[in-house]
Formats: sequence, C-alpha cells, structure tokens
Amino acid sequence: MTAPARRRLADRDSTLGWLFLTPTVVYILALVGLPFGLAVAFSLSDVTGGDPSFDWVGLRNFERILADPVFWRSLRNTFVFTAISMLLIVIFGKVLANILLAEFRGRWLVRFLVLLPWTTPVALSTLTWLWLLDSVFSPIDWVLRRLGLIESNLFWLGQPNLAMASVIMVHVWRLVPLAAVIMLAGLLSVPKDVQEQAAVDGAGYWRRMFEITIPLTAPVIAISALFGAIFTFTDMAVVYVLTRGGPTNETQVLASWAFFRGIEGSDIGQGAAIALFLLPLLLAAAIAILRAVRRMEVS
Amino acid sequence: MAVVEVRNLCKHFDGGRVRAIDGIDLATGAGEYLVLLGPSGCGKTTLLRTIAGLEEPTEGDVLIGGQVVTGLPPRARKIAMVFQSYALYPHKSVLANIVFPLRAAGVERGAREERARWAAGLLGIEHLFARKPRQLSGGERQRVALARALVRDPTVFLLDEPLSNLDAKLRTSARDELKRFQQEVGVTTVYVTHDQSEAMGLGDRIAVMSDGRVRQVGAPVEVYDDPADTFVATFIGSPPMNLVPHGDVLLGFRPEHLLPSEHVPGERLPVVLSVQRMEYLSGDRHVYGTVEIGDEPTRVIARLPATVETPVRPGERHEFAISVGRLRFFDTGSGTRTDPVRLASLPAASGLGA
Repeated sequence: MTAPARRRLADRDSTLGWLFLTPTVVYILALVGLPFGLAVAFSLSDVTGGDPSFDWVGLRNFERILADPVFWRSLRNTFVFTAISMLLIVIFGKVLANILLAEFRGRWLVRFLVLLPWTTPVALSTLTWLWLLDSVFSPIDWVLRRLGLIESNLFWLGQPNLAMASVIMVHVWRLVPLAAVIMLAGLLSVPKDVQEQAAVDGAGYWRRMFEITIPLTAPVIAISALFGAIFTFTDMAVVYVLTRGGPTNETQVLASWAFFRGIEGSDIGQGAAIALFLLPLLLAAAIAILRAVRRMEVS
Repeated sequence: MAVVEVRNLCKHFDGGRVRAIDGIDLATGAGEYLVLLGPSGCGKTTLLRTIAGLEEPTEGDVLIGGQVVTGLPPRARKIAMVFQSYALYPHKSVLANIVFPLRAAGVERGAREERARWAAGLLGIEHLFARKPRQLSGGERQRVALARALVRDPTVFLLDEPLSNLDAKLRTSARDELKRFQQEVGVTTVYVTHDQSEAMGLGDRIAVMSDGRVRQVGAPVEVYDDPADTFVATFIGSPPMNLVPHGDVLLGFRPEHLLPSEHVPGERLPVVLSVQRMEYLSGDRHVYGTVEIGDEPTRVIARLPATVETPVRPGERHEFAISVGRLRFFDTGSGTRTDPVRLASLPAASGLGA
C-alpha cells in the first residue's frame, strides 16, 4: 500500500515565497530603511553628539547648509570629481578591456596585475599613494626632478588644483580595473561573426570600433558608468585618507563634508541634511539606470 | 569574375595538434558555383575562412583572381561573405546594413543608395529598409545578408551554410532562389554545407572533404556515380552506397540499383537478399537485409521505386540483382577506387533467377 499523496512544505509556493523573502525584507528594513528614516528625522532636528535629545527645528539645518560656502564648494567639487573621474574611468577602462581581450604571452600576469588595485583595500592603497604624493619624499617628484621636468617638489596634496587632480587620479586608478572587467564582459558579448563580417565588409579597426563595438557595448558602458558615477558621488574614502578635504576644503566633496560635519563635528542634524542632499541626485541616477536596463531587455 | 585558388594549403591549430586543413589544392572556375561538402569538423568552414582572410594559413597560399592574397586582411580581398548566422549589425537598419560595405569603401551617399536599391530590388526587400534586423523573419534576414554581400560587386562570394538557420520548408525555396540569384549575378561562389542535397542542387562542382583533405572534386553526377573512394561513396547518397567485401576488393552499388531480378536488364550480378526490415519513404520502399556475395553475409539496403511492385516481406529470401555496369570497385585496404575485377567466383553473371 502506498502512502496518500500529501502536500509538503516544499510544495506550497505561497508559504515558501514568504519564507524566502523575509530575510531580505528584514535586512533592507533594518539596514536601509531604518537609517534612512533616522537620517530624515535627524535632518529636521537639532541632535548633536553632545545633546542627543530630539528637538524639532524644521528646515533650519537646510537653511544653514545652503548659506554655508563650504557646502557649495563641496557640491561643485563633487560634480567635478565625479564627471572627470567617470570620463577617465570609461576611457581607460575601455582601453584596458581591449588589452585584456587580446591574445598574447603572459596574459594571465597582465590580467592579475590589472585587477590588483581593485582588490587592495582602499585604506591601504591610499596610504601608499599618500606616501607617493608626499610633500618631501614623493618618489613621483623625485623622478620628475631627475628627468629635469620640475625644479622643486610640487606639493601634490598642498596645492588646490594638484590636490584635486591627485584625488581624481587615485580614484581613477582604483576603479579602472573594475570598469575594465565590466567592459571586457561587454566586449565579449559582441558576437564574433559580427566583428568578422565587418572586417570582411571592408571596415578597418577604427570603423569597427566606432560603428560596431562601441554601439553594441554602449548599454553595458552606460550602466557601468552610471554605477560608477553613483559610487564616486557617494564615496569619500580617497578624499578622507588623502587630503581630509584640504587644503582649506578645496577637495571637499559632499560625502566627506557630511561626515566631517555630522560625525567629526558632532552636528548630526546638519550632517544628515548634507547627506540627504545627495538623495534627489542619486534617485535620478537610479531611475536612469533602471530605464536603461529595461530598454536593454526590450531590444 | 575571379578564380579562387588555394595551393598546398594547411591550417593547424594548437601548435600542429589539430590539422583543420591538411594540404589542399583546389581551384574554382570563373563564375563557378563550387560547394565544399563534408561532415562537421572536416575543415570546410576553416577553408572558407582562410580564403576570406579571417584565418592565416599555416602553410600554402590563397590566390584570388590570380593574385596571391595570403597575409592580406579581409578588406583587401574584395570578397563578400555570408555567415551562417547572417551576422547582421543588430543596431543598424536594413538600409544601413546594406550600405555598410559601400561606406567602408568610401562610396559617396547618392551612389550608395542607388546600389542598395538595386541589390534590394534583386532580392525583393526594398520595403524592409527602415526595419531593424530583430524585426525580420529568418528568410528576410538571409536576403538582407545576401544584399549586403552583393552590393559591393565582390569578385567572390563566400557562403557559410547560409540555409541552415531556415526551417525545412523555407530552405527548399531559398535554395532555389539562391541558385537563380547566382546565375543572374554570375559571381564565382564558394559555398560551404554539410547537407548533400543542398550541395547536389546548387553546385556546379562539389568538393567532398574529410579530415582536412579534399577527397574528390567533381560535378554532382560524378561524385554520386563515380565516387573516388569509400568515404565519398558512403557520405553521399541517402541511404549510402552499399559496400560488400569480395576478395581483396569492396563491391559498391547504390541502393536504387539493387532490384528484384526481373527489373534488372542486361548483364547482371544476381544476389539473394534475405529481407529483415522495410521502410516506406515518400513512395520508395527501403529494404534492409543481407546478401551473400563472397565470404560472409553483409548488410545492405535496397531502394525500390514506386514503379517496382514486386511483393517483398520481412523474413523472406528474394532473388535480386545488380546491373554489372552499376558496380564500383574499391581497394579493401585504402578504400580508393580500383579497376573493375572479373567476378569469376560468381555463378554465370546473367544466369540465376532468369
């Protein structure tokens, strides 16, 4: 005699669905929803590190940060930092992806070296850069001096424009490997016979690059650029370790300014208000990404 | 119209461990439709790609129109190729796809459009100009790919299994169209396929390949009726040629030539067929059984056309015969064709069963 067929837990889709979803929902609520709600609440309060009692102050925090020239400076720097970094990351990433794609001896070594900056913890690698860009002992300056290109040390992190350039350089150095790998995946997704067809049809390298490869990998490039932009926009690691926003806030970005104000300066209300200022911009970027993904699915 | 020729061509992969092409000498005639036919992995696509310049030969030369083009990039060869997948540019409209080779060649806009209209008119796809490849059916894609190949006045057409992505019904009509189209344009064409009916239907000549070598080159009727070796004999024809060992030769005969005795006129080789099983295929009867010529029973297939109404049933033994003129002889060891031998060990060649 056989046992009667019974519905087991594994057969009940609706119960299982909830069971599997719960951890994610709890995770998002606890680590995204709750902090977000707190940030909104704090931005409307006068909570500080020394006086954690919650007092409603309306939009006073926002009025104060809008009146602060350092905020505007940070906002401008954030855009400059993000725009130039992304441009360089996309260009270098594309070039590097083409190098990774090519067949040559010792390719594995090059691939390994290329990925190294990305796998190194940012604090560690930035500390190395701190030394490389040191005002007295900088090896970069030493080399340039020896080549006769400069007379005396440049003070990379001490001069406004050079400091910004240094921050951008280190950030680009850090993100290019990831961008290259993403673009490599994009390049590999271009059918080989389409490339060969273009070659047979008489197209040279540059025509193939601009008419075939780039248009066909554009969605991947766009999405990785948007992700990179969001990441750059909200990132303060390089700024924090390399310049701490200096000299005199010349490299301050919104994320680092929010941190210095809110955490180090203990003015949690203002820090939250600065951080929330990023929200509409990031929301717009996120919507752009989702729309791009949808377009890719349709075509 | 140019002649395509390869001389002592070799293409090895993995440092010589894989010999995709292993010494091929082959030349097309001017304006000829040459089909490369062989099983998958025989090197036919590699040969085509080497002619196109997508692969560099390990040894030997490729000549197009009498010029050595070995080492030249594909774009310097003035060829047009249609890939198995059609390889349309997915982000470009049909018109942009078709004019792409012209733009690469620096043809000016007005002339480009005119050429595109001419090529599209020939293939009846002018109404599709504004569409993107993903909005086209398989047959339409194939035409767009052909138009793109045609538009530049290539010296040679290279086609890599262009029909294999079409469904069976469409394939027959597309084959017909392809043939008409080539006759109209008259361009030398090298066509790769593993489908023998395509090869038979399209080719002026067929080059049968296996293991990186050309086994035989000849008109369809030659490779079918006079195969150069047992590989060609069994690869071409469906069902394949029967091979029966007899002394130190193999006797070969096509299934349609093994018939009930009364249907075989003239000088004939009588055999007794022990019928095992039958298939009824589009009017023909395929009879599977064994014959005893020579040493031991050998499995053979007979194909009886609808006009032969002799009753044949599994389990029975029947008097069959082969017209002696239809017999082919192959060397048992090498498999190559040999001269006819006298079948002295057999009963009088016209006697039995008459």
